[in-house]
Formats: sequence, C-alpha cells, structure tokens
Amino acid sequence: MTLISLKNVSVQFPIYGGNSRSFKNSLINIATGGHLAKSATEKIIVRALNDITFDLAEGDRVGLVGHNGSGKSTLLRVLAGIYEPTSGVVKVKGRVTSMLSLVLGMDMEATGFENIFMRGYLMGVPRFEMQKKIDEIVDFSGIGNYLHLPMRTYSSGMAMRLAFSISTSIDADIILMDEWLSVGDSEFVKKAEIRLDSLVKNARILVIASHNLDIINNRCNKIINLQHGSYR
Amino acid sequence: MFNKYYIDLASLDIKEALSGKGAWHYLAWQEVRQRYRRSLLGPLWITISTAIMIMGIGPIYGYLLNQSIVGYIQYLAISIVIWTFISNSINEGCLALISAEPFIRQIKLPYTSYILKSLTKNLIFLAHNMLIVVVVLIFIPPSNCKTIPLALIGLLIIVGNLFWIILLLSIICARFRDIPQVIGSIVQILFFITPIMWGAEMLGEKFAIAKLNPLYHFVQIFRAPLLGYYPDSMSWIITLGLMICGLLVSFIVFVITRSKISYLL
Repeated sequence: MTLISLKNVSVQFPIYGGNSRSFKNSLINIATGGHLAKSATEKIIVRALNDITFDLAEGDRVGLVGHNGSGKSTLLRVLAGIYEPTSGVVKVKGRVTSMLSLVLGMDMEATGFENIFMRGYLMGVPRFEMQKKIDEIVDFSGIGNYLHLPMRTYSSGMAMRLAFSISTSIDADIILMDEWLSVGDSEFVKKAEIRLDSLVKNARILVIASHNLDIINNRCNKIINLQHGSYR
Repeated sequence: MFNKYYIDLASLDIKEALSGKGAWHYLAWQEVRQRYRRSLLGPLWITISTAIMIMGIGPIYGYLLNQSIVGYIQYLAISIVIWTFISNSINEGCLALISAEPFIRQIKLPYTSYILKSLTKNLIFLAHNMLIVVVVLIFIPPSNCKTIPLALIGLLIIVGNLFWIILLLSIICARFRDIPQVIGSIVQILFFITPIMWGAEMLGEKFAIAKLNPLYHFVQIFRAPLLGYYPDSMSWIITLGLMICGLLVSFIVFVITRSKISYLL
C-alpha cells in the first residue's frame, strides 16, 4: 500500500536579504517605481528540490544520500509537512514522527519530569498517556533522581539521553530521521541502538538522511541519491 | 492562492489549533514560568510593578487633572490593567511567528497555535494583574455592581479582536522585519491619545474626538462595567463590527500566505 507519494515536487526558497526584507525598501520601491531600491524585487531564489517523484509503501526503509546542501533535509521537511512544495503534490497517509530535533521544546530551567510532558505534548501524546511511560523513560535514560532537578544541572550527555529516551518511547508510524541517532557513552550507545532498531522495525516507513554508508546499506532497502536538489 | 484547497487547509490549521494541537496552553505557561524561575515572588512581579506604577502615577495625575484622588485611582487601575494587556498582546503578538522559528522549522504544528500561545501568555499576565483591580474595587467599590459581569463579555470581544490583530501582524512581521518596531512606536503613541490616564469626559465639548479612536471603545467595554455603568451601545457595535471584519480580513490573508510562512522564517 502506498503511504507516501510525491509527484513532481519542487521547492524554491526565496532568500530575503537584509535589504529586501525591510518594509521601507518595499515602500521606496513602490514610491519610486523601482529605481531606488531594486533589491526589493530582485529576489534571489534557491531551488532546493527539483522535480522529485517517488512512491513509498509499507515496509520501505529509505536512505537519503547526497552531499551537504543536496536537499536531503529539505526533502525530510517536505515529508514532515513543514515545507509545502512550491509546485507538485505531496500525499502522506499516516502519522509522521519527526526525529529531526530531539530537544525541541525542552526547557533547561524546567525539571526532567516537566520536560517529559512537554515533549509528549509536542509529539501529540496527552499527559495521562505520558504518565504511563514515565517509569520506563527514567529507567532507560538512567538519570534516576536527577529527574526532579532542572535540566540545566544535567551534563550534556544526560540531557541527550533523556531526550532520546522520551522520543523513542512513543510508537511511530512513519519515522523521519536526520542521521542515525547515537547518544551517550559506549554502553548507552549499544542500548540505544537496540531500542531504536526495534522502534524502526515496528514503524511502517523509515526515511533517513545519512552520510554513513554502513547505516544506509544495513538498514535501508531503497536509496534516494540527491544532487543539487535533483536525482543523481 | 485563494481557492477551496487553501481555504480548507487554513481552516484545518485553525481547527486543529483550537482543539489543542501544538500544546499552546502548556507552552504559554512554560514561558510565564520561565521568565520568573528562581525568583521568589515569580509572576507576581508583574502585579507588583503594575501596582507601583498606579500608586505612583495615581495621586499626582489625579491632582494634575483636578480629579478626586480616590475616583481617579479606581479609574486608572482598571484602565492601566486592560491597556497593559492590549498593548503587550499586540507588541508580543508581532513576534508570535518569528519567535517560534525553531518550532516551525522542526515540527509541523498549526501556525494558529503560536498565535494562541502568545495570546494565552498575555491572558495569564492579565489574570495576575486582575488582582489589582479586585483589591481596588474592594476598597473603592463601583457605583453599581450589577454591571460587573458585562466586563467579561467585553474582555471576550477584546480577545477576539486581539486574535485577528496578532494573526495579521505576526504574518506581516515575519515578512517585513521592521514592522515590529513601527508597531511598537504606534502603540506607545496610542497610550497617550487614548483615554487611559485621562478620562474622555475631561475633553469637555471635544468629547467626540476621543470616540473616533476605536481603542477608546475597546478599553471602555471592559472599564465601564467595572466602574458601575453600562458602556455606550456605540462601543459594543464598533468593537463587535471590528471583530467580524478583522477576523474575515485576517482569515483571507492567512489563507493566501499560510503555505509560505515556513519559508519566511
């Protein structure tokens, strides 16, 4: 069954420089008929994705590869619904879990406990359901009593472990990932890998952008190779 | 850019946000708490600084404007509290989308939720400041208590209007980054030309001038009921009319611009 379908998708970014962004310049432009402040209309456009078409079905594990700036992250954001394509059609059936940023919404002044609920809310999980997962999250992250302290007291490794534990505690349907997640010390890395693998196994689709060919080759059954926003 | 497809997507955005998606209520609380973490009195500082302002300005301006001090403080307290709410909502509302940039670029949430977050945060601040109004009204009771519930309807209309104002301004400000400064100075001027520190009736026969200012009516539908009299029917009509027209205009702008918002940030 096709769950994700992209048809001739292109994404173009207007780049508003310091000049064209100001209201004054746009006004001057209107007032002077465009002689004084030409930059207001001379928009620079970056074509981040160019005529991308593909279908993904249940069970697909897709690796996005390409150089920096080839459009991998933009494509992930299109799939997440963050960027609506400037032309073409995107259809996504199912719940998208974006693992693009694990710490988004976390407040360093808030306790780990509060942040668990915060992340839950952002990922669409209500408080009472998050409540059930708390023990498991605390147990897996191994932060113990620190849970009741503000996150600013955590080491960066602890913070990442908590963030990872929260995000991976929620069942996913379609997973978007920018680089395979790897956090913590060597012991935790192993534990995390097993957990992430089982999360991915239960998901219907995985789309991952990565520079690591081992990960792509081991985990993906499809590869999309991008170059300057187009297929290579 | 204005067809059924885009209208549906814009309506869906608003509907999802209203049903709680985007956790704006929680984010609003978090921001309030964030500002006052590790401070002893917490958000009560908002109340204290507003109270100090009223106690400082009240007697002097009451004397300056030839008013009875007691009556003037009652008038000033309510005026300042509601004006602080309106002006802060507008000033911060300009940045509702700009400041949500990290969210917008990382996760798909309804854009309207950021508008509601900004508004909710200021409503929480208003709730703190209402303590001043309650205390003032206990010591200086209004001439007529029956009108007080009307203030709630007035507040609802103000909030409805602020919603469209913030929605519209936040989109414009995301595109044109110097508009927040422009709005900031306009709001500052409005404070002086709207009857907040002074009463419209102090203008004497030029009373009508004050009524030309729509903000007078906004302040009035909240203030008058708390002072014990009924607002002019004119005030209800103007504020309600503005709300309906404004919601319509903002919705149209939102329909047209919604899909481009993430590109603007």
